[in-house]
Amino acid sequence: MHLVVVVAVMCFPCSSCVFVTFRLLPLWLAGHRDRSRPAMFSKGTKRKFSDGEDEMPDDGLAGAKVASSAYSLQRQSLLDMSLIKLQLCHMLVEPNLCRSVLIANTVRQIQEEMTHDGSWQVVSDSLGVEGSPSERLVATEVLCRSPSPSSTLSEQELERDTEPRLYSLVSYDDSSCREEEVVAEVIEDDNEALCSEAASNVCLSGTMSHCWEPGELRVQQNNDDICEDSRLGSGDEDVDVEEEDEDEEEEQEMSQKESKTMGQVFGTFEIKNGSSGSESALEELFSDVDASYYDLDTMLTGMQSTPKIGPYDLLDNLGPSHGPTSIGSTANCRSDLNELDHIMEIIVGS
Amino acid sequence: MLLALFSIKCKFTCFNGTLYHKPHNTAHLFYIHLPTDIISTVEFNHSGELLATGDKGGRVVIFQQETENKCQPLSRSEYNVYSTFQSHEPEFDYLKSLEIEEKINKIRWLPQKNAAQFLLSTNDKTIKLWKISERDKRPEGYNLKEEDGRYRDSTTITTLRVPVFRPMDLMVEASPRRIFANAHTYHINSISVNSDNETYLSADDLRINLWHLEITDRSFNIVDIKPANMEDLTEVITAAEFHPHQCNTFVYSSSKGTIRLCDMRASALCDRHSKLFEEPEDPSNRSFFSEIISSISDVKFSHSGRYMMTRDYLSVKIWDLNMENRPVETYQVHEYLRSKLCSLYENDCIFDKFECCWNGNDSVVMTGSYNNFFRMLDRSQRRDVTLEASRESSKPRQVLKPRRVCAGGKRKKDEISVDSLDFNKKILHTAWHPQENIIAVATTNNLYIFQEKVN
Repeated sequence: MHLVVVVAVMCFPCSSCVFVTFRLLPLWLAGHRDRSRPAMFSKGTKRKFSDGEDEMPDDGLAGAKVASSAYSLQRQSLLDMSLIKLQLCHMLVEPNLCRSVLIANTVRQIQEEMTHDGSWQVVSDSLGVEGSPSERLVATEVLCRSPSPSSTLSEQELERDTEPRLYSLVSYDDSSCREEEVVAEVIEDDNEALCSEAASNVCLSGTMSHCWEPGELRVQQNNDDICEDSRLGSGDEDVDVEEEDEDEEEEQEMSQKESKTMGQVFGTFEIKNGSSGSESALEELFSDVDASYYDLDTMLTGMQSTPKIGPYDLLDNLGPSHGPTSIGSTANCRSDLNELDHIMEIIVGS
Repeated sequence: MLLALFSIKCKFTCFNGTLYHKPHNTAHLFYIHLPTDIISTVEFNHSGELLATGDKGGRVVIFQQETENKCQPLSRSEYNVYSTFQSHEPEFDYLKSLEIEEKINKIRWLPQKNAAQFLLSTNDKTIKLWKISERDKRPEGYNLKEEDGRYRDSTTITTLRVPVFRPMDLMVEASPRRIFANAHTYHINSISVNSDNETYLSADDLRINLWHLEITDRSFNIVDIKPANMEDLTEVITAAEFHPHQCNTFVYSSSKGTIRLCDMRASALCDRHSKLFEEPEDPSNRSFFSEIISSISDVKFSHSGRYMMTRDYLSVKIWDLNMENRPVETYQVHEYLRSKLCSLYENDCIFDKFECCWNGNDSVVMTGSYNNFFRMLDRSQRRDVTLEASRESSKPRQVLKPRRVCAGGKRKKDEISVDSLDFNKKILHTAWHPQENIIAVATTNNLYIFQEKVN
């Protein structure tokens, strides 16, 4: 049985809310890692070329496997660290753009490599995720950002698209998390319980309940376009052709999601006007305007606030394709937002 | 090559966080302890007589050099507080609901044209031109006013006299002459005065603007690397500088380890570079942190204008402007940190922006490191030394001892092991006197000034 830890990280300036679920592997529960010192990889972070494994004799294979799994753990840990760094935004001062860009590039790099290694598949298999074979784990994502469906997606994908996304599978000791607004709940491994409890405890908005549908775990894979020569791949590109085919649709999704995540991060730095698509306009608009101080009254009374929009209001208003209705109708919200958009354009003087 | 450096006394003291500067004719004091604010920039002026420091609290402190014997070259110097003023105040951006820090990111001196001194200081969003002038005379003998400024009763005035200037205690005044605001959406990281003494550039993360020193309501955007879609952003500008002699040439460095040289004569918008300086990556050193450590934190032209120096996380590279594909010299600053990159990433130290500087004749370069160490790299003699700026090791007149860091294995006597380095004590800002061998080194809240020992 696995222990599942649900963590909500609020980022007020860019009003995003990230839910990250950690499934604690027995390895970690046993206190495998010594957290008293900062994590230092004994062998540094040099990439171990996996094409070296092919030439190794059989008796060396076991050693190679151990080395590569250690490498994968290290890589995963680095990915999680990077994602946490990205989500942590300073309350009052604008975060450093250079630092954010560098971390985001590192995240991209790791995800590309993991995609091409096929590690996503491996990781999900090892946890024995139930459900159809095509359901896999996805990367950390901004909650309630419903991606616009790609035209090449199959119906099945489309259906899953409208559901919100989940979180990186990470074995990460809570004590090392540095964020202060973390709300953690240790829940039994029961997806239904996950739904309601997470919803009620973490977010007062009623819309949260739909986020935790059972069997909603999917893996998204990166678009090939993103991976340039920054790939740390071993060099042998023998990815299965059929794997590529079924991955491609998901890759496009992943790239969209990832780009939206990046957009969220960089959105705070810029007020954009008139981005394409009303939904993305909504997201970009709200990622910039505001919300460093959320209005508790607004949230509790469920009023649609016009001048100041708190993160919970934002979560209410986004994701109209999600099941249960938000507090306040979506239609009202959209007209308000269009107006706000218009006002913003005037102020910024586009 | 500097073999012996000793610290020199500075005449100022600090009490409860307030800096008091003593007039010049008082006795020496021995403190070199600055108030609690973190020093964020250090810069000598063109003659080296003045040294300006900016701190996180928006304050600028200027020190003036006093030589024991002006006639004798290389005699002992002292730097005493000359002027202190509040350059920038914290502001609030109401549109984004974010604070704008008052921290001074850069100070650049203008070449001196008359009795007054001018400098540009900038925080994240606003650049200010300050005039620092001395006043050592004051008028006395007004007819209509008393000495304290009160107006005299007109019925008591019976005679006329001519006011005269009488000497007074030296007073140094700083006044803001220009404020260049509202031109940057992102955080300003560099300013650089052009050799034409009329224009200067200011660079933020994505754009570079060209200003005229006299005109505050207009600036020209000369570089813009902002992508149409912010989600595609992968590279930012980290530093920019004008060429010391060619007023049409400037360079800017990026977070991907490239330097672009642009010629303003080519077009109004210099998005297309004239030269691109980039060293191909060493595949054997590839890791997830390769990009981060290749990000250039500072770029400086040599005084001659033939070379430029770049500082990335682990090394200093000297580039010949005529050769784009690789640097002519590469110096490792703290290679022993390469195996610790992951922890440095975790504690954010990997994002520290170290600066670098040339000496007056471009033969030695200097840059900072951790544990209050700084490195001097002699290009001509191919030697380097690591020194420490700390109170214990810097008693006045005491020669600095070279330090060594032990990367691994058996630690020799007097060596420090990598694991015992203090990563909170970092030297990010250093400056070298343009003519003499005097250096200013800023630790977190202390300023150290060292001079070459002459026997």
